[in-house]
Amino acid sequence: MNDLRVRLSQNAALLTAIVVFILFYVFYNMNHPRGFSVAVLIQNSNEVFTLAMVAMAQTVPVLMGGLDLSVGAIMTLVNTIASHLLNGSPMQIAFGMVVSLAAGAACGFVNGCIVVYGRIQPIIATLATGAIFLGLALFLRPSPGGNVDDDLSWAATNDLYEIAATYGFAQNGEAGWFQPISWIPVPLLLLVLVAVLVWLPFARSVTGRTVYAVGSGEGAAYMSGLSIDRAKIAAFTLGGFFAGIGGLYLTLQTSSGNADIPQAGAYTLNSIAAVVIGGTSLLGGVGTAIGSIFGALILRTISFNFRIFEIDPLMQPLFEGTVLLAAVSLGAFRVLRVKNTLELFR
Amino acid sequence: MSAPPKDPAQAHVQLTGVTKRYGGVTALDNVDFSCELGSVHAVLGENGAGKSTLIKIMSGVVQPDEGEIRLDGRLASFSHPAAANAQGIVCIFQELSLLPDLSVADNISISDPPRRFGLIDAKAQRRRAEELLARIGCEDLNPMSRVRDLPLSRRQMVEIAKALAKNPNVLILDEATSALTAADVDTVFEILRRLRDDGISILTISHRMHEIEAIADKCSVFRNGKHIETFQQGARSEGEIVQMMIGREITAHFPPKPPPPDSAEPMLELKKYSWEDRLKSIDLTVGAGEIVGLGGLDGQGQKELLLGLFGVLKGTSGQVIVQGNEVDINSPQDAKKAGVDLALIPEDRKTEGLMLPMSIADNLTIASLKRLSRGIFVDADAMTAAIEDGIQRMQIKVGSSADAVSTLSGGNQQKVVIAKWLMTEPKIVLLNDPTRGIDVGTKQEIYRLLRSLAETGASIVYYSTDYEELIGCCDRVAVMYDGEIVRELQGDEINERNIIASALKMDEAAQ
Amino acid sequence: MTTSAPEPATSRLKISEDNKPIVMSAGFIVVILAVGTMYTLYTQGTATLLSPEYLLQQLQVGAFLGIVAAGMMLVILLGHIDLSIPWTIAAGAMMATTVGGPMAIPVGLGVGLLVGLVNGLGVAYLRIPSMIFTLGVNAVMRGLMVAHTGGFAPQTAATDLMQYLAVGKILGIPVALLVWAVVSMGVMLLLQRTAVGKSIYAIGNKEAAAYLAGVPTKWVIVSAFCLCGMLAGLSGTLLAGYSTKAYQGMGDAYLLPAIAAVVIGGTHILGGRGRYLGTLIGVILIVLLNSVLSIMQMPESGRQIIYGTVIIVMLLVYGRGRKVTS
Repeated sequence: MNDLRVRLSQNAALLTAIVVFILFYVFYNMNHPRGFSVAVLIQNSNEVFTLAMVAMAQTVPVLMGGLDLSVGAIMTLVNTIASHLLNGSPMQIAFGMVVSLAAGAACGFVNGCIVVYGRIQPIIATLATGAIFLGLALFLRPSPGGNVDDDLSWAATNDLYEIAATYGFAQNGEAGWFQPISWIPVPLLLLVLVAVLVWLPFARSVTGRTVYAVGSGEGAAYMSGLSIDRAKIAAFTLGGFFAGIGGLYLTLQTSSGNADIPQAGAYTLNSIAAVVIGGTSLLGGVGTAIGSIFGALILRTISFNFRIFEIDPLMQPLFEGTVLLAAVSLGAFRVLRVKNTLELFR
Repeated sequence: MSAPPKDPAQAHVQLTGVTKRYGGVTALDNVDFSCELGSVHAVLGENGAGKSTLIKIMSGVVQPDEGEIRLDGRLASFSHPAAANAQGIVCIFQELSLLPDLSVADNISISDPPRRFGLIDAKAQRRRAEELLARIGCEDLNPMSRVRDLPLSRRQMVEIAKALAKNPNVLILDEATSALTAADVDTVFEILRRLRDDGISILTISHRMHEIEAIADKCSVFRNGKHIETFQQGARSEGEIVQMMIGREITAHFPPKPPPPDSAEPMLELKKYSWEDRLKSIDLTVGAGEIVGLGGLDGQGQKELLLGLFGVLKGTSGQVIVQGNEVDINSPQDAKKAGVDLALIPEDRKTEGLMLPMSIADNLTIASLKRLSRGIFVDADAMTAAIEDGIQRMQIKVGSSADAVSTLSGGNQQKVVIAKWLMTEPKIVLLNDPTRGIDVGTKQEIYRLLRSLAETGASIVYYSTDYEELIGCCDRVAVMYDGEIVRELQGDEINERNIIASALKMDEAAQ
Repeated sequence: MTTSAPEPATSRLKISEDNKPIVMSAGFIVVILAVGTMYTLYTQGTATLLSPEYLLQQLQVGAFLGIVAAGMMLVILLGHIDLSIPWTIAAGAMMATTVGGPMAIPVGLGVGLLVGLVNGLGVAYLRIPSMIFTLGVNAVMRGLMVAHTGGFAPQTAATDLMQYLAVGKILGIPVALLVWAVVSMGVMLLLQRTAVGKSIYAIGNKEAAAYLAGVPTKWVIVSAFCLCGMLAGLSGTLLAGYSTKAYQGMGDAYLLPAIAAVVIGGTHILGGRGRYLGTLIGVILIVLLNSVLSIMQMPESGRQIIYGTVIIVMLLVYGRGRKVTS
C-alpha cells in the first residue's frame, strides 16, 4: 500500500498526463459523428505515431539535461532515405527498413560524439547537425515523392486484420483465434512494442540509469564512478533511433519522402512540448519516455478537437506555442521558492 | 605484530610518516596514525589542522607525498576512491553524494547494481536496499522513495546505507552530523554503535564536543598538520583538549590595534536577524571604525549572515539599521546604494568575485560603472584614472590592466576584488574569508588595509576560518554556533582558547 | 608607478585569443573569394566576385542578416540565445506593411521590441532556459501571424520609405548598407562604451559575480533581448521593403546564419567573450559563402550541409584553446 502511494506520488506528472489525455480523447469521441469506432481509432493512431516517436527521441537527451534540436531533421532525413528504399522484394524492403533505422541511430551517434568529444553544447551542436541532416534530406529528395511498397504501406497504417489479409496469414485474418485482436491498429501496437521492447529495457540498463544520474547531478554521477561519456553518446544514439522509427513510419504513412524543413521544425518544437507535458523535467533526471508519448497524444488530441469543432486550423501553431510556453512557465515557479539568489546562477 | 589480523586491539589501518603538501602549504606533517576495528575514533582539530587531508588520504582521494599506509600490516596504496573502497575503506563526505532524482534503492546500488540478463534487477536491488536499511534501523524508509523527497536526516541514513553496501571495514564520516538535528544525531549514533559492535572501525570528524563525548571510544587531536595526541575518550578534560588544539605559532604580523573607542557611533545594527533555520535571531552592532570578526566553526551561519546583509538571501526577518536608518536590502544593488554603502568580498573569488577571462580593468570597474558614466556613455578618462588609482591603492602587480585577471596570482586576484569594492567608497565592508589560499605577504597587506579603512571610519565585518586572523585583526569577535551568536569577545578576551571554546560551545566552566 | 611585472608580454607574439577567430574568418573570406573567382574565371572568364558593384550588391543583401546578427550577438554574449528570430522578423514585416503609412517602421520596430521584452522577462525572471522559451515564443508569433494573415502572403505592400531604406542608394552606396553601418556603430558603442555593454560581458562570464557586484542583471538581460528583438523587427521591415511585401516564413532563412555569423566571428556560445568586429566579419563570410555557392548553383541541400559543417568545424577549431580553462 505504502509502495503504491510512493509510486503514485512519484509519477503524478505522468498520471496527470494520462488522465488529461483520456478526458480529451473521450470528449473528442463523444463529439465525433463516428466516435468510439475502430476507424477513428486507426486514423488517430496513424496521426499520433510519428510525433510520439519524435517525442521519445527528445526525451532521452532531455533526461540528461540536454536538448536535441535535430530530432525533426533526423526524422525528415530517415523519411527521405526510406522513400528510396521501401520497395522491391521483401528482402529488399527489410533491408531498406534496417538501413533507415540505422541511419537514424547513426545521426544520433554523430550528435553524441560531437557533444562528448568536441565539447560543444548540445543545443548548438544539434542546431548545426540538424542543418546538415536537412541538407542531406534535401539532397535525397529535392522535391517530394518516392516509391513505397503499397502493401506494406497499407498494412502498416491499418488494423491487424489488414496485415493478415495483405500477407495471407491467420486465414487471411479470418481465423477465429485472430478475431479478438484483429481490430488493433498497427501503429498503436508498434507504439506499445517500441515502448516495451526498447525504452523499458534501456531505462533498466546501467547506461539508462547513468543517463538519469547525469541529469540529476553530473558531479555526483562522476563521483559514483559511472561512465558519463558513454551514457551521453548512448542517449543521443537512442534518440536518433527513435526519430528514425518516426521517419520510417512517416514514409509508410505518406507513401513518400519529403524534405520539408518547416515540418521538421514543427516536429522538433512539438517534441519539446510533448516532453514537458509528459512530466519530464527540462533540468534532467526526472521523467520517462512513456510520459512523452502521452504528451504527444495530448497535443494531437487537441488538434483532433480543433478539427471536430471546425476551429480554424490556422490557430493551431498559436495554440501549440502557447501550450509549450504555459508548460515551461508552470515549471518555472520553483524560482520563486529559491531563498538564496546565488543558487539561481548554478 | 604476531597477533591475528582480526584482533580488535590491533591497528587495522596504520599510517606512518605521512606527509602531504599543497603547493607551499604542508597540510599533513609526518603523521603517524592508526585506527582499530570495532571502535569509534574521533579526530579533533581547528580549521586547517589537517583532518580533512587525513581522511582524503585514507579514502584515496589524494595521495600522500611521503609515508606509507598499511592495512592489517600489509602495505597499501589507493590511487582512487574506488581502490580504497575495494579494500574496505569507505568515506562519507560532508557534501552529500546522492543523486536526488533517483530512488533510495537506486542510490544505494549506484556503483554496482545487481544485474539479471544484463539489466538492473530491480527486485534484487530493492532487497539489498531493504537489508541495508534494516541493518541501520531504518526499516520504515521505503526504498522506492526518491531521495529528493526525503528530509536531510534521512538522506544521511541513505548515505550510510550506501556506504555499507560496499562492505566496509573502515567507515569514515566527515562531519556527517553537521546538518542533523539533535534527535537525528542520536539515531545516527545508535547506528554507529551497532556498526562498531559488528566490528567496523569508525573514524569520525566532528566539531561538536558533546557528540564526541557521546560516541567516541578514542580521540586524536591534530594541530597544524601534526598529530598531537591520541587518548581514550574521557582521559582528558575539555580544557586539556582545547589546550592541545591551540598553540599555533603566530606566523603573520598584524598592524597594532587602536585602543577601544569610548563610544563609537553604531554604523550597522542587527536586531533579531533571522533566515530560514540558518540564522537565528542575531543581534549585532558594529561601530564606525570598528573591525568585528565572525568566529566559530565553518558553516555555523557566518556566510549566510554576510550574504543576507548584502541582499542575496530572500525572506530574512528582523531589523537592519544602517547609519541610523532602517533599511531593506533585497539585492546587491540595494546594498551598494548611497546611504547603505555596503561592499561584500565574497567567499569564492573565482566564481563570485571575478569574471576570470575579462580584463583587470573591466573587473575593477564593474561595481562602479554608474559612478564612472556620464550620460549613457562610460567616461573613459574617469575610468582610466579610477583603474590607475585602484591598482595603486592595492599595490596590485599587473603588467597591463588590459590583461585577463586570470593571469594574476591568487593574492593579486583577491586584491582586484577588494579594489573593485573600494572604488565604490563603501562605509561597511563585509569580508567572507578573504585570505583563503593567499600568500602571507598579501595577507598582511590585506590586514593593514582593513585597519587603515577602519581608521577612516569604515566598519568592517570579517569572517575568517583562521582564528589567528580574528585575534590579530579584530576589535571584537562574535562567535557563532548553529546560526546563533553564542559569545562576543572583546579586548583581551580575544584569544585562541576563548574562540575555540565558544566555537565548540563548551561551558565557560570547562575553560 | 605601478610595479609592472617584467614578465615578457607573450600576447604580443601571438594573436590574442579574442582575435584568433577574426583573423581566421578573414582568411577564410579570402579563400572563398579566391575559390569563387577561380570558378568564375574558369566557367565565365570573368572575375565577377571582385567587382565593386557586385560586392556592394551582396553586402546590401547581407545587411538584413548583419542587423539580425548584431542583435543575436548581444543575446549570445549573455550566454543565451534567441530562437524566436524567424517569426520576429516576419511579424515585424507583416505588421509594418499592415499598418503602413508613416507609422510602418515604428510599428515594425515596436513589434520586435515587444517580442524581445517577452523573451527577456521569461528568461530573466522565470529563468526558463532561453532556447526553450524563445522557441515557444517563436511558435506563438508564428501562430499569431498565421492567424493574422490567414496563412497567405499579406496583400499589403511596403511603404515607400521602407523600400527606400532597403533598395535605395546614396552616392552609389545602398541605403541598407548605411542602416547596417549605423546599427553596427550603435552596437559597437554599446558594447565598448556603456555600462550596459560592460554588464553584458560580465553577466556572460559569471552571472553570480556580476550580480554580487551590484550589476542590475535582470534589467540588462531584458534590455539585451529587447534590442535583439527590435533589430530583428528592423530587419524584417527592411526585408519587406526589399521584396515590396511581407510573406510567410520570410525570416526562416535568417536564424541559423545569424547564429553561425556570431559564432564564427569568435563569440563564445556560452557567452562573455567576443568582439563585434568578429560578428561583422562572420556576416560577410556567410554572405560571400552564399554568393559563391549560388554562383556555383549549389542547391539548397548543399548550402544547409555547408552551413552546419562550417559552424561545427569552426567551433571545434576555436574550442581547442578553451579546454585548458574549462
